[in-house]
Amino acid sequence: MIDIISKRYWFFLISGVAILLSIIFLAVFGLKSGLEFSSGSSTTISFSQEVDPEALEEELANLGYGNSIVQTTGEGDFLIRTVYLTDEAKNQLEAGLADKFGTLTEKSFQTIDPIIARQTSRTTIIALVAATFVMLLYIIFAFRRVPKSFRYGTTFTVALVHDVLITTGVFSLLGVLAGWEIDLMFITGILAVIGVSIDNTIVVFDRIRENVRKGISPSFEVVANYSIVETLTRCLNTTITIVIVTVVLLLFVGGSIQNFVWVLLIGSLIGTFDSVFVAPSLLVVWEQGEWGRFIGRKPHPTRA
Amino acid sequence: MAKRNTLILWMILALFAFCLWVLLPIEGERFGRQGIHLGLDLKGGLHMVYRADMTGVEAGQESSVIEGVIAVIQNRINPLGVTEPVIERMGADQIVVELPGASVTDVEKRRIGATALLEFGELIGEGETAKWTDALGEWKPATAVIDGVEKELTSSYFKENTYVTRDNLGNILLIFEWNDEGSKLSEAITTRLIDKPLGIFEGNEPLLGEDGRPIAPTVRAVITTSGQIEGLSLNEAQSLSKQLNAGRLPVPLELVYEQDVSPVAGADFVSLSLKAGLIGITLVMLFMIVYYRIPGFLASLALIFYGALNMTIFKLIPVTLTLAGIGGFVVSIGIAVDANILIFERMKEELRGGRSLGSAIEAGFSRAWSAIWDSNVTTFIVCIILIIIGGQIASGAPVKGFGLTLLIGALVSMFTAVTVTRALLRLFVGTGLANKTSLFSPYVGGKK
Repeated sequence: MIDIISKRYWFFLISGVAILLSIIFLAVFGLKSGLEFSSGSSTTISFSQEVDPEALEEELANLGYGNSIVQTTGEGDFLIRTVYLTDEAKNQLEAGLADKFGTLTEKSFQTIDPIIARQTSRTTIIALVAATFVMLLYIIFAFRRVPKSFRYGTTFTVALVHDVLITTGVFSLLGVLAGWEIDLMFITGILAVIGVSIDNTIVVFDRIRENVRKGISPSFEVVANYSIVETLTRCLNTTITIVIVTVVLLLFVGGSIQNFVWVLLIGSLIGTFDSVFVAPSLLVVWEQGEWGRFIGRKPHPTRA
Repeated sequence: MAKRNTLILWMILALFAFCLWVLLPIEGERFGRQGIHLGLDLKGGLHMVYRADMTGVEAGQESSVIEGVIAVIQNRINPLGVTEPVIERMGADQIVVELPGASVTDVEKRRIGATALLEFGELIGEGETAKWTDALGEWKPATAVIDGVEKELTSSYFKENTYVTRDNLGNILLIFEWNDEGSKLSEAITTRLIDKPLGIFEGNEPLLGEDGRPIAPTVRAVITTSGQIEGLSLNEAQSLSKQLNAGRLPVPLELVYEQDVSPVAGADFVSLSLKAGLIGITLVMLFMIVYYRIPGFLASLALIFYGALNMTIFKLIPVTLTLAGIGGFVVSIGIAVDANILIFERMKEELRGGRSLGSAIEAGFSRAWSAIWDSNVTTFIVCIILIIIGGQIASGAPVKGFGLTLLIGALVSMFTAVTVTRALLRLFVGTGLANKTSLFSPYVGGKK
């Protein structure tokens, strides 16, 4: 049988480094907030002829929209992010662009006022906190009959923070490298990741719970490892399913749900790593009172 | 046991046939529902959120004011001929307007949220404060004292019979008539303002003519009974006239969110998501069949049933499918498959432990249940929260759509992945195939 638990300090190292990097990214780069949280307008237009994105940016600056962001979409359209535009201002802007680059078609237009943006941010934070809290309450409830259910609940929380933090860290890095933004679909993705991550961890912990009851081995370490290996195929197969559907969505749909799909893809990979390698290991470390020990020393198996 | 299973299978088949009957043909009508409802991002259209300015509204009157606003907007939208417009209240002071599939001109769009209260103004004198400022100067409301009370001249003194016509030169005229009180006001004011301009304003903006300049006619004679506004575009004059007759908004509105999607962009997404859905499901089914063999094949059948049942529910409720909603549906496929994977992994262990196929199936299902249940409950929690917050924010429609389809999908998956797959698997118990455990689970050293 594969021995996963004995390498636990390596996993802690990997996770620790990833968390540290994420915190650094978030502290240094922050997150680019999208339209919904920062207000402004976004217009998707397509030109009837080839237009160079840089020339477009230059022309936007000429028209008085110097801080605009220009992105090209999969279909060859341009997504232009500007300050808050009224209909009149938008029409003037489009007329100006048409003068320079020829006929254009407006495919979509979205504009959000600053007060609404603030309201959206506030509601979203409340929702994230509420969702996490209610799910953890449920976990504590579901594992209430297990001895030391508090430990399971805490480990869940750590796992959750781990997944969300690293996923957000990845987005922070990509925000700098590729201009990725945090929008409502990102938040939806984060909630889905929290769900998937909890699901994975539930399956592993559910098995540990069952095997502890069966009394497979007096050593908690052995029981935990046994449970992980038993559920490994399930975790991998479910992740493969998620990867299949997300990659298909990325390749064929994209558009407004692109952010959501990326979060789900990245988050569920991190979540799988976490629930197979990290979360059960944490439980073992806690169960065996190894908090004082550190990397490089193989701890003695003790009674659970 | 076997008899009961046959009954369940027949019921599943009947339900499947019912689903197909509801769904096909795609655009067909069943129970008053036609086709699948597509959201604005898929079929194009206009989504706007207005915030009502509630200053000056008495406490306790907010709801009736908002209802009044909604009724007026309804009247303004009806002539546009939009099928299934949505006009509803959101939160304390916001109003959502959704016009699916509509191509609305800018003028029509502006008119939807316009106050439709025209105010008349005169240029300010020395040391007076301006209410409006435009290219022509600074203005204050034109007032007169009638029966000892100072009153402002506004279109609320119009009779509800304004109309649009052309004069001999082809200029467009908006003709209105004053009511009794308006006549007195107009007489007093125009007497005072002879040879001076009279500004016309709507909300905080001057009324603009077709040439883009503010409309401010010079008073040539005392006006008592009726008047005309010249210089508007035909379109503008007609919709303004309709609004003046239909009633004005009780409070000013401010457009705080707007999303306008052209039908072309939407159509791209429909075919793309359809393709993505089909390819995604096919790949997942292939994976299940290659890895889990017969159970994988049966789970794939259950997945087809799952897709049909989901779409049927979407059609019958009806659920408006947005891009995000399709995302939710696709994620729910993952959940449905996950339930089957959990069960099959358990079955595999039971078969390895030497159980017969029949008892392995039963044990697999009953043992996997607690994990399926726990993980679905967390999904439900997430979905309900998404539906609640999505309904509270202006740009939240996608969030709500995602939550709703995922919730329905997760509920349906608990039924199909468990009941349907199990009923199908039980068919094999007691047949010759049942002894070939390798067909039911990979890497089990069963009899070949």
